Amino acid sequence: MAQHRDSKLNLLWLQSGGCGGCTLSLLGAESPDLLTTFDSAGIRLLWHPSLSEQSASGLHELLQQIINGDIRLDLFCLEGSVIQGPDGSGLFHRLSGSDRPMRDWIHDLSKVAHYSIAIGSCAAFGGITSGGGNPSEACGLQFENSVPGGLLGESFNAIEGLPVINIAGCPVHPNWVTESLLQIAHGDMNRQELDEFNRPRSYTDHLVHHACPRNEFYEFKASAAKPSDLGCLMENMGCLGTQAHADCNIRPWNGEGSCIRGGYACINCTQPGFQEPDYSFTTTQKIAGIPVGLPTDMPKAWFIALASLSKAATPKRLRENAHADHILVTPGNRDKDK
Amino acid sequence: MSRRIIGPFNRVEGDLEVQIEFSDAKVSKAWVVSPLYRGFEQMLHGKDPMDALVYVPRICGICSVAQSVAAARAIAHAQGVDMPANGELATNLVLATENLADHLTHFYLFFMPDFARETYANEDWFTDAQQRFKAVEGSAAREVLPARAEFMHLMGLLAGKWPHSLALQPGGTSRSLETQEKARISSILYSFRQFLEQVLFGDMLENVIALDSVAALDDWVTQAAPASSDFRHFLHIAQALELQSLGRGTDRFMSYGVYALEGKPLFAAGTWDGDAGELDQAVIREDISHSWMHHQAEAKHPYDGVTQPSADQADAYTWCKAPRLDGQVMEVGALARQVVNGHPLIRDLVAQSGGNVRNRVIARLLEIALVVVEMEQWTSRIRPREPFCTHAALPDEAQGYGMIEAARGSLGHWMRLKKGRILNYQIIAPTTWNFSPRDAGGTPGALEQALIGAPLRDGEQDPVSVQHIVRSFDPCMVCTVH
Repeated sequence: MAQHRDSKLNLLWLQSGGCGGCTLSLLGAESPDLLTTFDSAGIRLLWHPSLSEQSASGLHELLQQIINGDIRLDLFCLEGSVIQGPDGSGLFHRLSGSDRPMRDWIHDLSKVAHYSIAIGSCAAFGGITSGGGNPSEACGLQFENSVPGGLLGESFNAIEGLPVINIAGCPVHPNWVTESLLQIAHGDMNRQELDEFNRPRSYTDHLVHHACPRNEFYEFKASAAKPSDLGCLMENMGCLGTQAHADCNIRPWNGEGSCIRGGYACINCTQPGFQEPDYSFTTTQKIAGIPVGLPTDMPKAWFIALASLSKAATPKRLRENAHADHILVTPGNRDKDK
Repeated sequence: MSRRIIGPFNRVEGDLEVQIEFSDAKVSKAWVVSPLYRGFEQMLHGKDPMDALVYVPRICGICSVAQSVAAARAIAHAQGVDMPANGELATNLVLATENLADHLTHFYLFFMPDFARETYANEDWFTDAQQRFKAVEGSAAREVLPARAEFMHLMGLLAGKWPHSLALQPGGTSRSLETQEKARISSILYSFRQFLEQVLFGDMLENVIALDSVAALDDWVTQAAPASSDFRHFLHIAQALELQSLGRGTDRFMSYGVYALEGKPLFAAGTWDGDAGELDQAVIREDISHSWMHHQAEAKHPYDGVTQPSADQADAYTWCKAPRLDGQVMEVGALARQVVNGHPLIRDLVAQSGGNVRNRVIARLLEIALVVVEMEQWTSRIRPREPFCTHAALPDEAQGYGMIEAARGSLGHWMRLKKGRILNYQIIAPTTWNFSPRDAGGTPGALEQALIGAPLRDGEQDPVSVQHIVRSFDPCMVCTVH
């Protein structure tokens, strides 16, 4: 095969059963912007659906050259799930201008890629596209929800020896993608850098709960009851931030925000199967008044004991502010209040 | 005559194929194919209605907020709930941010790079166009991405994140703003205005908005060199390539109206075919005679619509349905919105040359100027410490629709509830209107009509004229078939 690596990494990006939102999120990369990031990582864009000039037959030729081994494929990024329906035919997504289901192109390209990367929860696990009864028979590249397999099978490794790198999220934070690509470019991506679902640990070693701006409300179980309340969103509003693996409140989204900062629940969108929570997303499921989903790693008895203790100790400030949409009671001043 | 199949079209949102027949080096017939089906309407069946607010933004990563707002309006309609003033203002700001970011992304990343293609290498304007707009390498993309990213900080402040926010609620927004945040929004808008005035327009927004006729626009263009702003640069190329005579559509335009304050939209709802008409949602029907859907006896109103995919159906060639307003093909988008609302420049452009590639792009850019000025006003009217959201229960048996304008045009959600669950949820997206297939009467959709007459340049296999016409609609294929 006429493949030799020059100093650049060739990147191909395809989209299938998804919404394109991970690309749109990625275009918002900052410090530096996306194109500068690619330059700094030595990434050459072979093709990207939103950025490249080439259209139509030019793309088919390119894909064929890659599959034939005439062009080296260092980084293969798939955004969106793999569509297998109807009835396993893959016809719910046929690559335009070709007779073949997109699934088959994805399969062939994965085999020649040095790294295969699933961009977003759809490509990783099936994601929202496999919601409801999964009408399009969608799955991820190497997982179907939390079950290994997917399109490529549990034993698949890309040429460099790694399984599909699952940059899960709905959508991805731009820096989850740029930092993972940079890690690869710098030779710093290996199995130890991936978690149990092959997500980069760079962001999944954290919980959304970390640096949550509502943490004080959480500590005292001063809970929101309706959208726009300032209180903790866990007890009533469906928030899964204490279980969700991501650093959303450590690094801001769009410079300023996060789901919780936006006043709504974390729905655990980096987790396989998040799209079917078995209850309404924005209502906390409870048994005997206690939320079913307790914080990761926390013994249930301790949680209940601490929660009842802290509820008894909730300051008036937090109790009142939790049910308001702006600060009603300001923090006191201990020196002055003596 | 053999059919030529062109696809995929990149620099559109989602996957698209166009099939064309030529005669005398011109397109004589066209078929538009949407090759991806996911089934959101099927997914929503049986769900808690509030869960629609999680699923529908994920139909589309580029019209995500628009989908949220349409769903929230449908739920609010079923509830009979109104928003407080702050809720309307914040919702408008979030929707406007998405719509303007989409217009900007379309112009710089999706549309203009086609003028840097090799097919134009011998044109005297080519070197400048290539230097400025070439995909990935041109100077414009490097300038626009940071400006766009900073503008999207409005989403961080107002909606938590973009895309896929849950801040858009039936009764307003879940994110109340404090005084200093209102100030930050103003300063981000100021910075965006500077980018627009210095880079995109080369003039004050108010001067662009004040252009009130084709003659005034022609005069404005000559006041500075083509390279002085990207809008002038485009108009210069448009004149050289006569883009006003490319991609003429049906010239029947529709807008659902958008950016309501006290319930009254800033841009009016209605139709335009040379005369203004009222919009009546009751006469919308979706025809599936040429769709890969289990066929039914007649076209249905979306309240009664059915989405049952079926890969083999005689005469079918797309997953897209064919919406019609009282039986008519309608064009939607910024051009439709502004001609319906009566902007004098747009009315004059449409009177002189109808819907075409040039006019669609002008309307989109004009709308950026129009809406930024409104966003500044909305921001100044926000009153911190007053409510942003009202709250109401949802009846177990109800129906409601949400009809708004996304960047690409008219977006409608129709929802019926039974026993507190979604019984039926039907979505008609802007590109479903523009890129619809033929209907039972054989009438082609808006793009299928607009492609007729598109010329082949010497030596071309994939005509660049088809690329221009397709992208002039700023299609969103993931919305089209959801």
